[in-house]
Amino acid sequence: MRKLFLSHTTECVLIAVIIAMSIFLAFVTDRFFTLGNAFDLLNISAVNIIFAVGLLVVLIAGGIDISFAVAASIVQYLTVLALERIGGGGWTSGFLIAAGIGIALGLINAFLIHRFRIISIVATIATFNVYFGLLMFFTKGVSLYNLPDWLTSRVVIYEREMADGSWAEITLPVVVMAVCTLATWLFITRTTTGRQLYAFGDNPDGARRFGINIGAMQFIAFGWLGLMAGIAGLMQAHYAQEVVPNALYGRELDVLAAVVLGGARLGGGKGSVLGCVLGVLLVSITQNGLNLMGVSPFAFKMIVGAIILVAITLSSARIGALAPVFGSSISGDGQPAASGEKR
Amino acid sequence: MNTLAARFNAIFGADMAGPLAALAIVLIVFGFASPHFLTGATFGSVAFQLPELGILTLAMLMPILTGGLNLAITFTANIAGLTLAWTLQANGGIDAGPAAFLLGSLLALVVGAASGLVMGLVIAFTRAHPILVSLSMMIFLRGLGEFLTRGGDISGFPTFIAPIGHGSVLGIPIPLLILIACVIASHVLLARSKLGFSTYMIGSNIESARYSGINTRKVLVLVYMLSGVMAAVAGIIMLARFNSVRVGHGESYLLITVLACFLGGINPFGGFGRVLPVFVALVVLQLLSSGLNLLGANQHLTTAVWGILLIVVMVLRWFSAKFITIGK
Repeated sequence: MRKLFLSHTTECVLIAVIIAMSIFLAFVTDRFFTLGNAFDLLNISAVNIIFAVGLLVVLIAGGIDISFAVAASIVQYLTVLALERIGGGGWTSGFLIAAGIGIALGLINAFLIHRFRIISIVATIATFNVYFGLLMFFTKGVSLYNLPDWLTSRVVIYEREMADGSWAEITLPVVVMAVCTLATWLFITRTTTGRQLYAFGDNPDGARRFGINIGAMQFIAFGWLGLMAGIAGLMQAHYAQEVVPNALYGRELDVLAAVVLGGARLGGGKGSVLGCVLGVLLVSITQNGLNLMGVSPFAFKMIVGAIILVAITLSSARIGALAPVFGSSISGDGQPAASGEKR
Repeated sequence: MNTLAARFNAIFGADMAGPLAALAIVLIVFGFASPHFLTGATFGSVAFQLPELGILTLAMLMPILTGGLNLAITFTANIAGLTLAWTLQANGGIDAGPAAFLLGSLLALVVGAASGLVMGLVIAFTRAHPILVSLSMMIFLRGLGEFLTRGGDISGFPTFIAPIGHGSVLGIPIPLLILIACVIASHVLLARSKLGFSTYMIGSNIESARYSGINTRKVLVLVYMLSGVMAAVAGIIMLARFNSVRVGHGESYLLITVLACFLGGINPFGGFGRVLPVFVALVVLQLLSSGLNLLGANQHLTTAVWGILLIVVMVLRWFSAKFITIGK
């Protein structure tokens, strides 16, 4: 138990904070602790969690990506145009097209980073500007409302009527999110490639001498994020029932903050899917709770920003202050939490 | 040829070659492409548009030199602008006197310094990653600003403020003069002062800087405070130029400032880079924007071209590094 806690400190703290917040909100508001609200939270967080698990893979591999949210906007736009061209299509063609375009955009980043040795934040700031500029230039900022029917009609996976007559629903994005999360978890903890990503992120030079193919690592990590960004873009279009070119602009920094709140390290080699999901959920629950407590929506960002700032300060201070006490189990051996459990 | 290159390096520094070449290319290409490009009007508009972006870039520059980043600059500028706007409003709005303006500007600078102080303290004492600290500060400041203004804008300032945004002295726009003053101040600070030396040392290797007796925490806090102050100066100029303050003004400049720093040859990991090449890179970016505008392209295409330019510069740098290693 002690060992489990030590290898998953961030996750345990996040769970404790989420439970404490939930108990508080359950007493303060009468709607928080209902099935309907829990499902709402999931439906709202689904797209961000898909983004987050994709970004996690890049962060583990020691990179960073600013361009994925804008890439998802391109995916939305092109997918809807392509579906129009082929006369409607269905979910299968929608996913295939979105995933394909997403991966292609991710691979462009990987190519620049690997081939020309541009560091990832510079390369993705450049592609961010290129993608967003070209998208706004070619679309002239015009939104698409004329989406295929299958894409805009809500797909309810599970529903239940509540005592007050409202319906609690789980919709398609939540299921897609679950699949993406599970796939990412399997990928980074249960495959050789996943472990190589951790090793590469932790120490690129050591990984290279160990015989790990550096180029392949970059392409796999950014390709995976591209895939997730593509799927998230399609899900966002499904959820919002429209495609607005600049709707996802600015989302990348929110997702990045949530992922790092969940314990991923800028610089690579550390991070887990559980922590990443908890990070996004913590931000969503905070916003949801503030909303139910009747706090002005204008204050949300301020409070969320302050919480992240405090959390980062405390978590960094904790590791710095307590590492000598706990010995090597937290920071000394530098092992990522997720792969540590297998050893 | 080599002596020529050596002489050039001796005068301007080796890192000036790239930005100056880009400047020459932009001038030549657009000079041929549009007959209206090489006219006073173009340079006039560049001179008025450059300062906001330029001062924000200077605010980004020092943290990058320490190996960090300050993502909160645009919203620090907004909050500083709001502080000035409220001070003016509290003292009679349109009828406010110069004393109120001075007080407001001072308060704005204090607010900017305070935002930098908090970030600097967190970064220096907990060793949290600067990207994250400044990112959460950015989210906080954006929220604070939206909360306090309810997303609206504040306008109605005394008329004597307008010249700070639009006036000129001896034909040189006042905002440009302020920018040049800031560039010189930054250059002197980085190239000549002890703080500047410590900044480069920290960016190269923070551990060895610490062991060689530099108070790294103090330097980091000061660097982020100066960055906040510089952002506040940009906020004051933006207030004067737009004659209003709104949270989100200049938000799109954030990544452009990083782009300008990298185009100006600043090492992304910190430790290397100078102010003057960054200034030239800024001029190149703004000329490119004006040139494309003359050719009928819109702002979004300019954004895309800026991104492509950054990629081209990085690729050229890779080629030149490769060429030099083969040549040796």
